[in-house]
Amino acid sequence: MSVSAKSTVIGQDAIIEKGWLKTHQWLLLRRVSQLSILGLFLLGPLASIWWIKGNLSASLLFGTIPMADPFLLLQTFFSGHQPDLTAILGALIIFTFYFLVGGRVFCSWVCPVNIVTDSAGWLRRRLGLRKSTQLARSLRYWILAMCFITPLFTGYVVWELINPVSMLHRGLIFGMGMGWSLIIAIFLFDLFISRRGWCGHVCPMGAFYSLVGKYSPLKVSASDRSKCNDCMDCYAVCPEPQVIRPALKGEASGVGPVIIASDCTNCGRCIDICAKDVFHYSSRFANKAEK
Amino acid sequence: MANKKANSKQQPVSRRQFLTDSGHAACSVGLLGLGLGMYGEQSKTHAALALRPPGALIEDDFLGACVRCGLCVEDCPYDTLKLARLFEPVTTGTPYFDARKVPCEMCDDIPCVKACPTGALDPKLTNIDDAKMGVAVLIDRETCLNIQGLRCDVCYRVCPLIEEAITLNLTQNTRTGVHAIFEPVVHSDICTGCGKCEHACVLEEAAIKVMPRELAKGELGKHYRWGWEEKEKAGRELVPNIIDLPNRMPATEAESLNIAPVGGNK
Repeated sequence: MSVSAKSTVIGQDAIIEKGWLKTHQWLLLRRVSQLSILGLFLLGPLASIWWIKGNLSASLLFGTIPMADPFLLLQTFFSGHQPDLTAILGALIIFTFYFLVGGRVFCSWVCPVNIVTDSAGWLRRRLGLRKSTQLARSLRYWILAMCFITPLFTGYVVWELINPVSMLHRGLIFGMGMGWSLIIAIFLFDLFISRRGWCGHVCPMGAFYSLVGKYSPLKVSASDRSKCNDCMDCYAVCPEPQVIRPALKGEASGVGPVIIASDCTNCGRCIDICAKDVFHYSSRFANKAEK
Repeated sequence: MANKKANSKQQPVSRRQFLTDSGHAACSVGLLGLGLGMYGEQSKTHAALALRPPGALIEDDFLGACVRCGLCVEDCPYDTLKLARLFEPVTTGTPYFDARKVPCEMCDDIPCVKACPTGALDPKLTNIDDAKMGVAVLIDRETCLNIQGLRCDVCYRVCPLIEEAITLNLTQNTRTGVHAIFEPVVHSDICTGCGKCEHACVLEEAAIKVMPRELAKGELGKHYRWGWEEKEKAGRELVPNIIDLPNRMPATEAESLNIAPVGGNK
């Protein structure tokens, strides 16, 4: 298969070294995770198998275990609503889960919009689109603040009016209607306007889960960084490339090798794409253990 | 060398840069918030025919409490409830129903309220007859068959609270002079707004429609009292020795009641 006319193709070295499957294993697992979570929610409406009810905003597993999105529940709290115990318990369960596995595991392993923006990112690379509007990585935190501050004035949840993450997941289960227009807009935004624009710069949900995972134990580590041959493939595929450098290149200054930055989504693409197997899933305490 | 560069990148940004960037972000995000607020206000006044599930908090509180999870929708055994989609005239993602299409069947166990994890549907609602989803209004008397003197009665008969929420008020049919008119009258203190009447109305477009209570109901001034009720409560004339002027009635009726007709006695 001719990939493109470019001299070096991202991931080519790894495919030669490790084979296609090894180069895509975490990516494939993530897609399986994303689609099977969606599938579980769809089992009810489509096949009347009600293992899980609701959607990512709030759900009920096996008719007993409540789950709720802590980001959304906090917004209802700021709207002046005192949520019922079920929702608070559900939010605690979800919060604990993402705290343990890494906050932005939500983004890379669960969120349905990730498939959309990953596709846009992939197409962007394939088409060789280099022009990108630079947005500040901190923009999402400003938007996150807005999500919590505006309900204080309006008295209702504001971000949910347009939140494409919940809209896509809800839409796939309950019907999209015109919701597709917003998803297409995000795809085009990521493809033509800003590289990794939505997930990496704008989405306040990602910002929120970054904070949830600030001290998560599960991290990616450049534990074999001495083997790095500077092919730059990991930077090219990483949705948050700024997180790699301190860990990968911090040996001399005593930084790393664990990617500590909470913006890291634990997606494992760097593990896949590295021909030299520099990266591994690890724990945040591996830094101290090595010293 | 690369490491040195990495270190230099860690240096804090200048104060000027920080203030400019922060101002920039704060302004753009502020504008976004303003836009969302305006959109929110617009969608808050939702379509008059979109009804909330039983037990829903008043609209302002409901929009702050509902997380749009759809658990109520999935637990509704009659597929009455739907989640609003983008650009529909109801706040995106929130549950509602259109009574003309599928009315609320008023389940005794109220599964939708039980399903709600946040309390947006108030768990204090335990008797479905106390639900206040809206109130039925006989909105078009000109097409209502009963008002025209026919015996349709469908809205009255399908009402789950027949003879309580809807009664038939008997009046004379002045068109024929010999027949009766059975006027359906909704009693808003009983009506739950389930929408069975609107759903069943035999007309092309329903003459009786369920509306949100805020829209359908009038309200007395806080100071206002019905004189006859106060009189009954007090058990006596509120203003003693008031002069009761003669009632004015058309001559024929006045004659039968033996009181003075309009314009006085001839």
